[in-house]
Amino acid sequence: MPQAPVPDILPALPEIWLAVAAMLLLMVGAFRGNASTRMVSWLAVVAVAIAFVLVLSGSKETGTTFAGMFVVDSFSTFAKELILVGTAATLVMSMDYIRREGMERFEFPVLILLATIGMMMMVSANDLISLYVGIELQSLALYVIAAFKRDTLKSTEAGLKYFVLGALSSGMLLYGASLIYGFTGSTNFEAIGALYTQAGQEPSIGLIVGLVFLISGLAFKVSAVPFHMWTPDVYEGASTPATAFFAIAPKVAAMTLLVRVLIAPFFGAVDDWQQIITLIAILSMGYGAFAALRQANIKRLMAYSSIGHMGFALVGLAAGTEQGVQSVLIYLLIYLVMNIGAFAAILTMRVKGQMVEGIDDLAGLGRNNPMLALVLAILFFSLAGIPPLAGFFGKFYVFLAAIDAQLYTLAVLGVLSSVVGAYYYLRIIKVMYFDEPAESFERPIGREMTLILGASTLFTAFFVVFPGPFLAWTQQAAAALLP
Amino acid sequence: MEIGIGHYLTVGAILFTIGVFGIFLNRKNVIIILMSIELILLAVNINLVGFSAHLNDLVGQVFAMFVLTVAAAEAAIGLAILVVYFRNRGTIEVEDISVMKG
Repeated sequence: MPQAPVPDILPALPEIWLAVAAMLLLMVGAFRGNASTRMVSWLAVVAVAIAFVLVLSGSKETGTTFAGMFVVDSFSTFAKELILVGTAATLVMSMDYIRREGMERFEFPVLILLATIGMMMMVSANDLISLYVGIELQSLALYVIAAFKRDTLKSTEAGLKYFVLGALSSGMLLYGASLIYGFTGSTNFEAIGALYTQAGQEPSIGLIVGLVFLISGLAFKVSAVPFHMWTPDVYEGASTPATAFFAIAPKVAAMTLLVRVLIAPFFGAVDDWQQIITLIAILSMGYGAFAALRQANIKRLMAYSSIGHMGFALVGLAAGTEQGVQSVLIYLLIYLVMNIGAFAAILTMRVKGQMVEGIDDLAGLGRNNPMLALVLAILFFSLAGIPPLAGFFGKFYVFLAAIDAQLYTLAVLGVLSSVVGAYYYLRIIKVMYFDEPAESFERPIGREMTLILGASTLFTAFFVVFPGPFLAWTQQAAAALLP
Repeated sequence: MEIGIGHYLTVGAILFTIGVFGIFLNRKNVIIILMSIELILLAVNINLVGFSAHLNDLVGQVFAMFVLTVAAAEAAIGLAILVVYFRNRGTIEVEDISVMKG
């Protein structure tokens, strides 16, 4: 009987380590009970930090393993580092919240770890099968995280909506994957990509239909219009740390996965998918800007904000060039840091022991807590894209890439919707500084929160001084992806 | 008449469409949505196995096994979320899932 060779497991070491750590922490929680939640959370942060070191110290060269299903290159390394930073920040931010809100169960940090493993598999996927399994590992954990506050109607409703629409999107993605498999005869990205390099072959219509289904499924995961309908409800209903997690790590994972799928195997079909990405980018930017104008709940506002931001990131992808891919990565990096800061600030909005999430509750923050107001003002100015803050550079690079690819309409519409979007960010700043003060928030906000808020604000404010290393890093990551 | 790949694909496409319509047109019960999701995944499996036989390649059948496994996990999690939802709401009618709107 022929024996299959043992695959090289070293490239997947960070994922394997996290999986082992998650199971160990599950055992710790099972034996020690819910009193150990804080310890499990900190141990999870340590596990994520070790995984971060493992990713950093891994091989710098592109390599595949598990019969070509799993790829490690600068692109996946960069995405994994962003995901791990987002996960660690969420874990730290969630600790106080879950204790106060009576949802201190040890499964919460473990589920976040499991979702993180799924995301890391997504960004390393080099085959339709590993892509699907990675997405499902991430999604199944996220459904449970959304419904984690199980004694409230809002949270369970959020979980149910997320589950139904997420399962539908997985179904569409799979249907697309089956068509791509049928019309190319392979599920491997390299083998699919090789089809296009053969003498200018026109892609068959079945393959294009499959690609459209695949893009639809992935657009659900990045919540791009017209597949965004779950986002506002899930963001509003889920507990705030869960919302923070949804806005940070899965967005980065899904967007990098979309970039890899479109660039690595389907680079030859760039003319076909460019129109689709351009359309959903325009719709997302516009819808994100206009629908957010009337929101009164800050978590719902952040949902529309993230729809808009994903639209901006898609502008870079629509360019379909190395510069475009690089601009998407820069955008994701800046988006991640800004959102960590914004959600850390939202998590400090507590009045008399109760969490509040109305925009009106921020009134007079400039007088009640000038420091927090300043931090929030910097973060929201940056989200709006006002120079010289980091958010401006994110938008600058994606528009530059679009203009270099001669997508002028796209760039102009993007800048216009960015102007509309600036209104609702500036409205929050106006409420903070010029409205009659509401009840002031509880203080102190805790050492960890101060640290996270401070770090993300400093990054946002001073990105302009030291963009060099980040540009070089994303350049290298983008170059690894393109043929 | 010989049954070819086209027939399998047609059955798959019909099942997929029924599944998608089942999710959007159904106004009664969330359980029906869960059944529609299973229908979508089974349509994909028919496609995969059909292609696999047509191409004389095993990968499609391996993929189908993965889809089956994940579908089982997905159904389990969906039912669990539905149970906690029912405890809070007391009903699982689709039209009543509307605390949050806008």
